Amino acid sequence: MTYTLEGRTGPWEIVCGLEVHAQVVSKAKLFSGAATAFGAAPNTQVSFVDAAFPGMLPVINRECVAQAIRTGLGLNAEINLWSRFDRKNYFYADLPAGYQISQYQHPIVGKGEIVIDLADGSTRTIGITRLHLEQDAGKSLHDQHPTKSFIDLNRAGVALMEIVSEPDIRSPEEAGAYIAKLRQILRYLGTCDGNMEEGSLRADVNVSVRRPGEMYRTRCEVKNVNSIRFVMQAIEAEARRQIEVWESGGEVQQETRLFDPNRGLTRPMRSKEHAHDYRYFPDPDLLPLELDPAWVAELKAGLPELPDAKAARFQRDYGLSAYDARVLVAEQATADYYESVAKGRDPKQAANWVMGDLFAALNRTGRGIADSPVPAASLGRLLDLIADDTISGRIAKQVFEEMVDTGADPAAIVEAKGLRQVKDTGAIDEAVARVLAANADKVAEYRSGKDKLFGFFVGQVMKAMAGKGNPALVNEALKRALS
Amino acid sequence: MSLDAETVRRIAALARIRVKEEEVARLQGELNHILAWIEQLSEVETEGVEPLPGAMRMKLKMREDVVTEGDLHDAILANAPDRADNAMGSFFAVPKVVE
Amino acid sequence: MNAPTGLTLAEARAALAAKRISARELAEAHLAAIEKLNNLNAFITVTPERALADATAADARIARGEARPLEGIPLAIKDLFCTTGIRSTAASRILGTFIPPYESTVSARLWAAGAVCLGKTNLDEFAMGSSNTTSAFGNVVNPWRRRGDNRDLVPGGSSGGSAAAVAARLCLGATATDTGGSIRQPAAFTGTVGIKPTYGRCSRWGIVAFASSLDQAGPIARTVRDAAILLREMSGHDPKDSTSADVPVPDFEAAVGQGVKGLRIGVPKEYRLDGMAPEIEALWQQGIAWLKDAGATIHDISLPHTRYALPTYYIVAPAEASSNLARYDGVRYGLRVEEGGDLDDLYEATRGAGFGAEVRRRILIGTYVLSAGYYDAYYLKAQKVRALIQRDFDEAWRSVDAILTPATPSSAFAIGEKQDDPVTMYLNDVFTVPANLAGLPGISVPSGLDASGLPLGLQVLGRAFDEETVFRVAAAIEAAAGFDALPQLRAA
Repeated sequence: MTYTLEGRTGPWEIVCGLEVHAQVVSKAKLFSGAATAFGAAPNTQVSFVDAAFPGMLPVINRECVAQAIRTGLGLNAEINLWSRFDRKNYFYADLPAGYQISQYQHPIVGKGEIVIDLADGSTRTIGITRLHLEQDAGKSLHDQHPTKSFIDLNRAGVALMEIVSEPDIRSPEEAGAYIAKLRQILRYLGTCDGNMEEGSLRADVNVSVRRPGEMYRTRCEVKNVNSIRFVMQAIEAEARRQIEVWESGGEVQQETRLFDPNRGLTRPMRSKEHAHDYRYFPDPDLLPLELDPAWVAELKAGLPELPDAKAARFQRDYGLSAYDARVLVAEQATADYYESVAKGRDPKQAANWVMGDLFAALNRTGRGIADSPVPAASLGRLLDLIADDTISGRIAKQVFEEMVDTGADPAAIVEAKGLRQVKDTGAIDEAVARVLAANADKVAEYRSGKDKLFGFFVGQVMKAMAGKGNPALVNEALKRALS
Repeated sequence: MSLDAETVRRIAALARIRVKEEEVARLQGELNHILAWIEQLSEVETEGVEPLPGAMRMKLKMREDVVTEGDLHDAILANAPDRADNAMGSFFAVPKVVE
Repeated sequence: MNAPTGLTLAEARAALAAKRISARELAEAHLAAIEKLNNLNAFITVTPERALADATAADARIARGEARPLEGIPLAIKDLFCTTGIRSTAASRILGTFIPPYESTVSARLWAAGAVCLGKTNLDEFAMGSSNTTSAFGNVVNPWRRRGDNRDLVPGGSSGGSAAAVAARLCLGATATDTGGSIRQPAAFTGTVGIKPTYGRCSRWGIVAFASSLDQAGPIARTVRDAAILLREMSGHDPKDSTSADVPVPDFEAAVGQGVKGLRIGVPKEYRLDGMAPEIEALWQQGIAWLKDAGATIHDISLPHTRYALPTYYIVAPAEASSNLARYDGVRYGLRVEEGGDLDDLYEATRGAGFGAEVRRRILIGTYVLSAGYYDAYYLKAQKVRALIQRDFDEAWRSVDAILTPATPSSAFAIGEKQDDPVTMYLNDVFTVPANLAGLPGISVPSGLDASGLPLGLQVLGRAFDEETVFRVAAAIEAAAGFDALPQLRAA
């Protein structure tokens, strides 16, 4: 079913393409040796190249190129062995050189694709048009002074990958799923940290609407949207605005707009009103970027397993459901955690523990999987204690909570607290006898056919044994005693 | 191709160079004279010729991903025509920009 | 012995080594000469204290037997090279009082070789010009005058200050840059030797950019040997410049005097311009005869796209310049003109006031040829013609080892002459521009005087990274020409 918005005159489809700017993970900037770390004091991570001092020249960072190639490979895209840097010329306070070095005509990465996962469990393939490397601009702060804007160039020159999708996206949900999937892939590859709050991932959203079956109508670009939620809201808001324009007999003008999340509306950008004419031309300070195919092959060989492949393997090798597999591969760290717990153990049991008790504990303690209070090895040892009947599943839950609180080893907790399961049939028989003696009325009811009471007896015996009785042995003993 | 007064104003605006109204006609004349002379390139047959942006016949060199520049904050700001300092640190200042 | 300012660089080097003169004496003599010939306006900034400090340090090293290749040699630096702590202006108002916190690679190499810094020489604003009349610091006067005519002449441009300073004996050599002839044309106009090496030979790092794909640094000096000595120290791979070539730097001085026996010299018929001054043609023929006498063979060659080099250049260079000069916006350094209003007003006021007429004109042309709708007709077309020009040379190198041409279509002209329209001025570079477009080395050697007693130069072009052959041919011309005329305005 195609997603539509209902206008006054009938249904409208959304056509959307995304340009995602992903900050490349690297120590130094794209063309200079200045640092890229987030959060430094203003203008402390700026080289003379970044600030466009006279006579300064760019020299490209090999790792940034490698990151773009890895990303291209991760998006199943063509790697262009010959690409080129162009200058995009425009004046802006946070663009020191008066041009941005970008790749206009010949990007490093060509066509690729992303398979997005939708809430109903279905998937869709969204085309990637291209990926290119470019410089980030600095930051303008408009709220520091009544009549001035302040310029911080720390971000100026940091490497960005601009990843452009085909106009294949048809709903806000797909746009959200697209960014989520892209972000996940980038994080797996280690090429972008995907941190939208810090601006490491920003999206420009191209939106148009059309009647079902129509070709494309005029689109508008909503610039610099910095969260998945806002992207989804911006698309819907912009689509509704355009529908209103069309339906009231007007014509949508191609323009650049901004999304105001407080009002839930888009508005035209006030600056950059000068006719856009970027006067792209090849940057004469640089030569064409020619890639050695052997290097690309080497980078390819070094790629990690990506989420889709990993999820498929989890289903195949561990017998997990599609849903469980998708949850467990959401983050590389979760998947790694899960695998080290599952390896050599019952994979479904491991999945239940990770997705149940562990996730709950992380939630409660506000920690991430990487700094989990219970390391994967500890959880694994806990599962081993269940498997070798040292403790029961129920006791394990208790031990686990203790592990979360103290970080102690499960075996040590079991010993210290005397939680070892009782497998001594004599002790069990004795407990059974005590319980049955104390509940003679219930025994009579049971024997007269009230089978359900069996569970009650199990509970009572376990309680009498402080939960430590081996459940199977307790069952056996009860059955024997009650028969 | 001959450029009109409006084009002179447009490219001057693109280049952010103030041109006084009384200069437009003279500039238009000069630029057109230069362009008319440049125009002779159109006689050259360039069908199928690969454009040459630079004469260098080498591969692009790359730098390693190493931070080689420390905090140049003072040197970077030393020549600033308008430098602003506040609790956050030091900035270049420009007339307020409205986005 | 000659007066200290009368020495060539090689002679001074020998005198210093033999302790016949001290670096301090050399520096003082040149500083005095600079002061005396202040009216040439060859310098924008003179650095006497620095010069004396450098010289004192040089003398100490010489005394310790630790002399480096240019130990104690006083040099001038074109004010397009950024120099740490010394105002660097590009001869433009827009750089204001800019004091670079860094040193250009080329000047740093010279200091590391022991050279003494006399100061920064005048030039056309942002190196845009062929007469050194577009400088915000006033025009430079050519030390040469026409016989019986006291009018000031231009020294050529853009490296007019460097050329005038060398010609007038204000320094033993100077750095310069050449985007379309800015080393070779002023060298020809002042009776000095100027070489633009292969693109990529000298680092561009720290040199204020005019047109990045064409700009190349080189020396201006009194003799071919001096130029070879300087170029060796200026050259070398620089990892900070992506277009710097990672190739070994030969001992250029060793090539000087190797002779030209067996070398094949090309004479391109397309350089014979309609209406070219007969004495230029005569000088060219003379040069051919000299080389033939010295054992070279002469070959007629064709460089069919020569006549399109200048219009190509006047698309490519302004296009790159329009972008390179966008950074001068009054925000981080240099001039700022604030008249109230918004950021765009600040940009427009600053750039309108900060750039001179020629720079503004070229920025506008460059902006236009790159703008939407015109890119293909102008910029892309120029790039294709540039490819054809390079192809012409590639073809020529199959049959010759060097090419001989006149350096300029005329001798120096008076200030104010040829300034009625920009295109006439641009034609000065007609013989020099092709080497920039193709990235080839080219040298201008003083070879004779015209009827009014002004120097004329011949140009030798070579294969990429074959400056050695260029020096060999230039030295042969120098030896045959025996050029010993002196400019009227000069130090003793």
